[in-house]
Amino acid sequence: MTSHVILRVLLKLLIPVIMLFALYVQFHGDYGPGGGFQAGVIFGAGMILYALIFGLEPALRVFSPNVLRTLVAAGVMLYGGVGVATILFGGNFLDYDVLAHDPHHGQHLGILLVELGVGLTVAAVMATIFFTFAGRGRTDA
Amino acid sequence: MLDLGLYNYWVVIFLMMTGLYVVISRGNLIKKVIGLNIFQVSVIMFYVSMGKVRGGTAPILAEGIEVYSNPLPHVLMLTAIVVGVATSAVALALIVRIKEAYGTIEEDEIRVVEGEEEAR
Amino acid sequence: MIEAVWALIGDDLPALQIAVPLLAATVCVLVRRPRAAWAVAMLVAWSAFANAAVILHRVLTTGTISYFEGGWPVPWGIELRIDLLNALVLLVVTGICAIVLLAAPRSLAAEVPEEKHYLFYAVYLLCMTGLAGMTVTGDAFNVFVFLEISSLSSYALISQGRTPRALTSAIQYLVMGTLGGTFILLGIGMLYMTTGTLNIVDLASRLAMVGPNRTVLVALACITVGTGIKLALFPLHIWLPNAYTYAPAVVTAFIAATATKVAYYVLVRFVYSIFQVSLAFEVNRLDAVLLPVSIAAMFAGSLVAIYQDDLKRMLAYSSLAQIGYMVLGLALANVNGLTGGLVHIFNHAIMKCGLFLVLAAVLLRTGSTRLSAFAGLGRRMPLTFAAFVVGGLSLIGVPLTVGFVSKWYLVLGALDAGLWPVAVLILASSLLAVVYVWRVVEVGWFAEPPADAPEVAEAPLGLLVPIWILIGATLFFGVFTSLSAGVASAAARMLIGGAA
Repeated sequence: MTSHVILRVLLKLLIPVIMLFALYVQFHGDYGPGGGFQAGVIFGAGMILYALIFGLEPALRVFSPNVLRTLVAAGVMLYGGVGVATILFGGNFLDYDVLAHDPHHGQHLGILLVELGVGLTVAAVMATIFFTFAGRGRTDA
Repeated sequence: MLDLGLYNYWVVIFLMMTGLYVVISRGNLIKKVIGLNIFQVSVIMFYVSMGKVRGGTAPILAEGIEVYSNPLPHVLMLTAIVVGVATSAVALALIVRIKEAYGTIEEDEIRVVEGEEEAR
Repeated sequence: MIEAVWALIGDDLPALQIAVPLLAATVCVLVRRPRAAWAVAMLVAWSAFANAAVILHRVLTTGTISYFEGGWPVPWGIELRIDLLNALVLLVVTGICAIVLLAAPRSLAAEVPEEKHYLFYAVYLLCMTGLAGMTVTGDAFNVFVFLEISSLSSYALISQGRTPRALTSAIQYLVMGTLGGTFILLGIGMLYMTTGTLNIVDLASRLAMVGPNRTVLVALACITVGTGIKLALFPLHIWLPNAYTYAPAVVTAFIAATATKVAYYVLVRFVYSIFQVSLAFEVNRLDAVLLPVSIAAMFAGSLVAIYQDDLKRMLAYSSLAQIGYMVLGLALANVNGLTGGLVHIFNHAIMKCGLFLVLAAVLLRTGSTRLSAFAGLGRRMPLTFAAFVVGGLSLIGVPLTVGFVSKWYLVLGALDAGLWPVAVLILASSLLAVVYVWRVVEVGWFAEPPADAPEVAEAPLGLLVPIWILIGATLFFGVFTSLSAGVASAAARMLIGGAA
């Protein structure tokens, strides 16, 4: 794990860019191709890349399994919460029109929140799957 | 007659049968999961082919473009991909547990171990 | 206050049926304590049951409910559509979910490590989300998505069994189930290709305009095979006996009573609502395939059940036979036959769930579900064993039990179709059920327990209550059939009349 100098240096440069790109895909999803799912996968790939090169333990220190598990649940809750909120504002399930005074703003806000929920969950799930498989056998052995 | 204008559907069928064959014929659980993935991918390709409109472009509103591909099958396949990933993850998790419990992931060897347990 | 909330959510019940269990699953993950997670699951499952009852009542009084997700009208948006058929299935699914949860803590404690319980309840709720979603949705692709949600969670639930064989059963089910799901997806794709829509009502009207062609035929074949795998229709059943045998006892009770029923519902929905009788039976002769297969299932399932030593496996094979009855009802394609098939969703769910919960109780007290564990059980666990006997009588189809109601309609349906040999076969296969039920009764009442057998107490109340709710229901609905058979026959008339 200590030797790959070139990889380590390159990744230190690349990972922030990857994560930034994920955020771009996340928030540009309203206007162009993109959205929470793609962004989540890219963000998750960034985390997995980090774990591949710097080892599992440092990666787990940054993204602890408990935090990830909470994020998985939080993402789904955000998604469902928006749905329930639209019901409580008097609309149908996931009818974003009622979220703001102007239906256009409502749609905007709704899709933003929902995609954020999707992104959170997908990123956390991707990382959880990888960390679980990678960690298997180490703690047990 | 082979209609080569629809060659992508021939590819779909070829992949589908490959996947199905791998699932049925291989005893190694990992290979079975790979077969399943090939099978699922063939269906994804089927949907994507279906959504393509000849001469159409990506379905983003822009000036001067009249023909768009149908985005709906593509969006559906995004969901199918998620399902595929989830299935693979669950399958691999089960396989890891099986390896820990039986010490092998070959179906016939697992059956031998199970048979011994049954006899006891 | 309550009225104000009701005014807000009163119209959104179909959506809440899916959204609430999903959200509750995440709450279960977050609370992390087994008791708290169980409390959350209980609250949600019972309110979902109440919700389903309200929906059924509303469908009965005001007709089909249609709900647009996100306020987008059909055919652009996703519609949740509830008519008599899925209102009944929804009631069964949520009811079974709620009742099985009553039994879950006691039974799980013996089989699943304590620290996994909260995740168990989360996955259980996810499975319920998938099953309810499959039932209420009016969109063909959504059926596939919810099918996979419920299937993936059921693989996880099954793998929690005590022995390593639970793992191999789960992966066997996963491989078969994924093939089935993908076939369904393929079939839906072909339907979309010919019609350009995914909404079930829209699909039906456009398919009727398109008429028969080869793509439609292949779509019908793919969907039949796909749902056939999911519902364990003989000869596509090989995943079922292992999965039922090695899963934790409550999971078996839950899955046996819901997953195959919902898969059957999907088949009925596709065949009768989308393809409709003319395309499915008159042009493509689906009955020529399903009729022999279902009769083979009735006999193969019952015959193999007779030779099983493990009672869980015996009931699993008996499920195969019962699935045969349901599919037979579908294949008869007349009102009485379909009524028999649909009412059997309800009837088989309550009796099989009750029987599997009896096995859960026996497993808890004796540590085994083998036939030898039942020796003398009639005296040592009288209430539990009596429940088994009543459930067994219902499996046979004795009058005053629900099993009789289903078979009555099936025989009527077979006679209506002019197929009296089929009616004879239905009765003959019931005799096979007598054999496998009697084996257990004989051992339970007349065999002496081995001298070194440990003292066995009656099942705990936590299990007895759900068992007797279900077994009581098999007796109650065997006599008062207006809810089950009444709704089922109205649904059957709607489905078949829609084609005329």
